[in-house]
Amino acid sequence: MNRIDAKFNELRERNESAFIPFITAGDPSLDATRKLIVEFYRKGSDMIELGVPYSDPIADGPVIQSSYYRALSGGVKLSDILELVRDVRKKTEIPIVSMISQSILFKNGCDNFVKSAVKAGFDGATIPDLPVEEAEEIMEAGKKEGFKIICFIAPTTTSHRMELIVKKSQGFLYYISVVGITGVRSELSAGITENIQNIKKLTNLPVALGFGISTPEQARMAGKVADGVIVGSAIMREIEKYSSQGDDVLVDKVGKFVGKLVNSTKNRN
Amino acid sequence: MLTTIVKDTRLKEKTCKQFLPDKSGHFGKYGGKFVPETLMPALEQLEKEYLKAKEDPKFNEELKYYLEQYVGRPSPLYYAKRLTEKLSGAKIYLKREDLNHTGAHKINNTMGQVLLAIRMGKERIIAETGAGQHGVATATAAAMFGMSCDVYMGEEDIRRQSLNVFKMKLLGTNVIPVKTGSRTLKDATNEALRDWMSSVMNTHYIIGSVVGPHPYPMMVRDFQIVIGQEVKEQMQKAEGQLPDYIIACVGGGSNAIGVFYPFIEDEDVKLIGVEAGGLGFDVGQHAASLSRGEKGILHGSLSYVLQDDDGQTSQVHSISAGLDYPGVGPEHSYLKDTGRAEYVSVTDDEAVDAFNLCTRLEGIIPALEASHAIAYTVKFAPTIDKDKIIVINISGSGDKDSFEVAKKMGIEL
Repeated sequence: MNRIDAKFNELRERNESAFIPFITAGDPSLDATRKLIVEFYRKGSDMIELGVPYSDPIADGPVIQSSYYRALSGGVKLSDILELVRDVRKKTEIPIVSMISQSILFKNGCDNFVKSAVKAGFDGATIPDLPVEEAEEIMEAGKKEGFKIICFIAPTTTSHRMELIVKKSQGFLYYISVVGITGVRSELSAGITENIQNIKKLTNLPVALGFGISTPEQARMAGKVADGVIVGSAIMREIEKYSSQGDDVLVDKVGKFVGKLVNSTKNRN
Repeated sequence: MLTTIVKDTRLKEKTCKQFLPDKSGHFGKYGGKFVPETLMPALEQLEKEYLKAKEDPKFNEELKYYLEQYVGRPSPLYYAKRLTEKLSGAKIYLKREDLNHTGAHKINNTMGQVLLAIRMGKERIIAETGAGQHGVATATAAAMFGMSCDVYMGEEDIRRQSLNVFKMKLLGTNVIPVKTGSRTLKDATNEALRDWMSSVMNTHYIIGSVVGPHPYPMMVRDFQIVIGQEVKEQMQKAEGQLPDYIIACVGGGSNAIGVFYPFIEDEDVKLIGVEAGGLGFDVGQHAASLSRGEKGILHGSLSYVLQDDDGQTSQVHSISAGLDYPGVGPEHSYLKDTGRAEYVSVTDDEAVDAFNLCTRLEGIIPALEASHAIAYTVKFAPTIDKDKIIVINISGSGDKDSFEVAKKMGIEL
């Protein structure tokens, strides 16, 4: 069984929500990313969303965009990221989902990307700039290799589109909790619970909530309504804060932050 | 004019037969919609409203009114006698889009899109701009209709085009400097798309070229084909025939598609797009996406893109801010692959020489963008017979480029 499905099955039995930290590959360095992933796993994270840096991201806010910029300035290539995951797999079986722009996917070719990603140890991908209408090729490529293509639903998604998306998505659904780009916000928008319930009426797939979740309190609220909680910008902001203090301090500080988010998501405190 | 299309059943049937883009927004394999889910409903709404407006005589009449009474259409098709004599080859005509209100073809599109935004009940307009011509055209339309307007512009372009920045501010537009990436048009487009992600409920994004996700490449084209339709009529009047060549500069490609499109089925008319060859063909030194790029995805559509092996967008360069863009409209990629249009490039220096030549011989100061089309004509016209006719689309006026050209000539203004 794919690691993503296995994880959600396991959590469902425990009646727990998944905590899914996002991290940009290669910021501040590939080595730091590798250590951070392992630390996030140790702190109880259930899955990792690993961002493949892209020069022109349009779905991401300033925090993730600048982390992409730093990673690319450091010369990170897709092949390095595959190598990184191969390395991480020696330490943990935590499900790893790549967040990758369609621009990079297209350039590498769907079949080619999926094959090399699976071989490296990736379990699936979110493609923020690829709506379901254009996703057929990658979905076909994914099916052949058991590689999950996770689709997004936004607050602006119409009911007609929602039906289309729940049919296509694999592994889980990524529900965007705010209208807009990824980033740190002070409160969760209203109507989230209702929207998630609407999705649940259409599908048995787990629904993870992301975009704009930045504090343990928000993670706790999100964990109550969703099957998974994704935090990106807030973690990348922490990484940016400690990146110049050496990997040991970085891993310790960011690891602690992630630990708090894990506990909040699972309502352990 | 849009009304003309609807009335001219012959053209309408013809366009319908090979109507592109297809329903999903593709020109052959190019185009499409590669945007976050958040924007998909807005694009669907925009497409629906636009197709409705296109068939609505009231919308078309209103647009026609503003294009004639406010923009000053039709723009002249001028026989460039001295340029023709100097090059001693084909007969050269200039389509004077520089004489439009705000000095470029961009306003044809912004008038259409602002009217559409009003129809859709949007209160706020946003846009990206490179040379500032689209920004000024958007700011102008927004001022005239009393709408709130924010324009994203790269810091490097703000430096190069300070006059247009000042004009936008005078018009009541908020110019937002973009400090990311190369700080040019590409990055301004990223920021405008990001803004739209958060503001889509009350905001219409006016893309300035035939780029971006469907329906933009189609819609912007439709608002610009008035250029080619006029050329067809004016050429008939002046020469009693079609031109043999149409030459236009290509950045995103809106002025080019506007003048090409009505001639696509007239296969004897050769269509030539001229890209920015910059300083040469090393990576980062030019912006010739069609000539040197590969198939890729940028800003929501599949087209030719300048990118590296991993799919990261390459740095580009052009002396002309309006051509300084690593992508190109998907319909141009389609026209290139089908061979219906040919794409060439000229260097910064050739463009500046052409800028000077046109200014001296014709008393017309062309935009640096349009100077690329003139520069290619300078090389090309002498090689063809005197009974042939070339139309160059002078997409804009060079007033905005005075500082940049002076700098290039080593003169301080």
